[in-house]
Amino acid sequence: MSNFSFLNPFGVLDEPGTYMGDFYSNNFARKAQAGNVILNLGPQHPSTHGVLRVVVEMYGEYVVRSEPVLGYLHRSHEKMAEHKTAYGFLPNMGRVDYLNAIGWNWAYAGACEQLAGIECPERAEYLRVIAAELNRISSHLVWWGAFVLDLGAFTPILYAFDDRELICDILQRVTGSRLTMNYFRFGGVGADGDDLFFSKIRDFIPNMRERLKMYKALVTDNVILRRRLEGIGPMDADLCVRYGATGPLLRAAGVPRDVRRSIPYGIYDRFDYEIPVAETNDNFGRYWVRLQEISESLKIVEQAVAQIPPGKHIVDKAPKPSWKLPPGESVFSVEGARGEITVHVISDGGKSPYRVKLRAPGFSNLSVFAEAAEGTILADAIAILGSLDLVIPEIDR
Amino acid sequence: MELSKISVLSLVELVVACLLVIALMVANAIVMVYAERKGAGFIQRRPGPYEVGPWGILQPVADSMKLLAKQLFVPANVDFLLYFLAPVLAFLPVLLLFLPIPFGPYLTALKVPDGVVLILAFAGFGLLANLLAGYSSNNKYGILGAGRAVAQGVAYEIPMILALLAVVFQTGSMNLSDIAEAQGSAPWRWNFLCQPLAFFIYLVTLVAETNRAPFDLPEGESELTAGFHTEYSGMGFALFFLSEYANMLLVSFVCATFFLGGYKGPILDGFWWTFIKAYAVMAFIVWIRWTFPRVRFDQLLNINWKWLLPLSILNLWITAVIIKLV
Repeated sequence: MSNFSFLNPFGVLDEPGTYMGDFYSNNFARKAQAGNVILNLGPQHPSTHGVLRVVVEMYGEYVVRSEPVLGYLHRSHEKMAEHKTAYGFLPNMGRVDYLNAIGWNWAYAGACEQLAGIECPERAEYLRVIAAELNRISSHLVWWGAFVLDLGAFTPILYAFDDRELICDILQRVTGSRLTMNYFRFGGVGADGDDLFFSKIRDFIPNMRERLKMYKALVTDNVILRRRLEGIGPMDADLCVRYGATGPLLRAAGVPRDVRRSIPYGIYDRFDYEIPVAETNDNFGRYWVRLQEISESLKIVEQAVAQIPPGKHIVDKAPKPSWKLPPGESVFSVEGARGEITVHVISDGGKSPYRVKLRAPGFSNLSVFAEAAEGTILADAIAILGSLDLVIPEIDR
Repeated sequence: MELSKISVLSLVELVVACLLVIALMVANAIVMVYAERKGAGFIQRRPGPYEVGPWGILQPVADSMKLLAKQLFVPANVDFLLYFLAPVLAFLPVLLLFLPIPFGPYLTALKVPDGVVLILAFAGFGLLANLLAGYSSNNKYGILGAGRAVAQGVAYEIPMILALLAVVFQTGSMNLSDIAEAQGSAPWRWNFLCQPLAFFIYLVTLVAETNRAPFDLPEGESELTAGFHTEYSGMGFALFFLSEYANMLLVSFVCATFFLGGYKGPILDGFWWTFIKAYAVMAFIVWIRWTFPRVRFDQLLNINWKWLLPLSILNLWITAVIIKLV
């Protein structure tokens, strides 16, 4: 380290066995070209949202190549699944993606139910939809605030958290927690919604619609923001498909793929809502798609609250904590806030599942970054990174 | 003031003035730390500081105590001399800049005929300090921030000078007291109405010159963590902080003097008018900081070279033509 200086950034790399980049790919074992600088963004960096590390080779302010380095928040959730009972693994799902706990709840519960052939009562299906859509809104709100924060505007994130607070209050009524929600059970949900729960939702919907108008006036129509977003970070459908990027990324590239529509699960086919699709491929497209999704989710919640039938929130003789999955395997996909969440459960009929594979949308979405950020300015690369809506715990699992 | 004419009395006067200016700078920093945080709180619908003292008014004291007590961390392989010189260099020249400002009709530290030149000449020092801080601290974020600081500072100084020059043309004097005096007491005769374009250009450039959001690229937090002062802690950081607020105050005073009538007011001329106007400009700077996203670096330079510079030259030309005709 002693000969390290700005003018000779290769000093570190010249030592044998020290690679800046990913341990497996060794992309950054190739040194920076003369005149370029290797910049290490993170894992402690204000814009990498937690503990992502991005190694960037820069020519002045331009990004020549970059590589995200993962693994700083790996908690071996998949391995834990092999040691817990199927029921005991449910609370882990709230910790995989802290912003979209309900989505993961649904993916895992859905996979196990599919394998065991458990049907949910009608009311539970509605409660699931309400919880999942509210959670999607709160996740998009946090993304919105954090993304605009990446662009240098500090105020919107506090407004977003203001609204998210209301959603947390609502979901707390039924799930008991505000962040790592563990709501779903095999064959239903953990608790039924009471009158206060529904009246809070009815108050929240018009309130949020007003706030969306304010967001548009305050942030979306800001000329500086438009200039920072429009035409920046093109990710066309081909790129997204090659890397397996899903969710708002893919929809902003003009592909109307939404698991709620393409492989309907639950009772999503009963509601009237649009799948927002942008053709622009750019940061603004992703921004617009997510904001539209908030209002579409509001529509779904409104209809679900109006239509919810009386009944039980969980099946009789619902699986107990010691319940064993029947042998076999099942794959279940849901549309999370960040994209397609897939859970693949393999069981040999033993105490715990033989293998649980969690497919995190963020992982594939992040892998687009290296190609999308190539040749952009550092500030744009940060904006592109923000537009991917990364939640690092989900990526590392 | 020629050198031979400096008497002992005027020297004492100058020393007292310097002390008063330092007191003003520090008091301003303390007030502004509180005002900015409360202002940000108001804009963001939160209370702001309220724990330390009644309404949190002791927050700046607590903050400065913390900064004083903090370890001065020096990273490995820094250029020692420059590393410690940079914060001092950022702070001290600002002191000189306050000297020619006419706070009141009789309240000017140093009555120089060419006050504008003095201010514009020494304003560049802050830039040098930023460059040295980023360069010496052996940090890539630092050097990127320093590079941005220089490119931005040099670029925005030009339209700023041209905007001020239009007012100087109009007044026919480089003495700031004369400029304030020439505008008269009536608000509709002040230069922000006579020179609207110059006023607008100056408002944009003053934000850029003080490295405040939305033009805070040298320290752009989301990209460069803290830019040129990434490696500074404790008092090193405090001096940069102090100089930032002092710079803000200075550009606000210059704005008040050049465009808002200085110490002249509808009733009762005096230093209070200067302060009211300067702090109104400060409030404006705080307001836009908490409202706008940050521009990108190339956009920042494009705004300057493609818009502000031609506009300020046009403005200067129009001013010259009108003066010639009238």
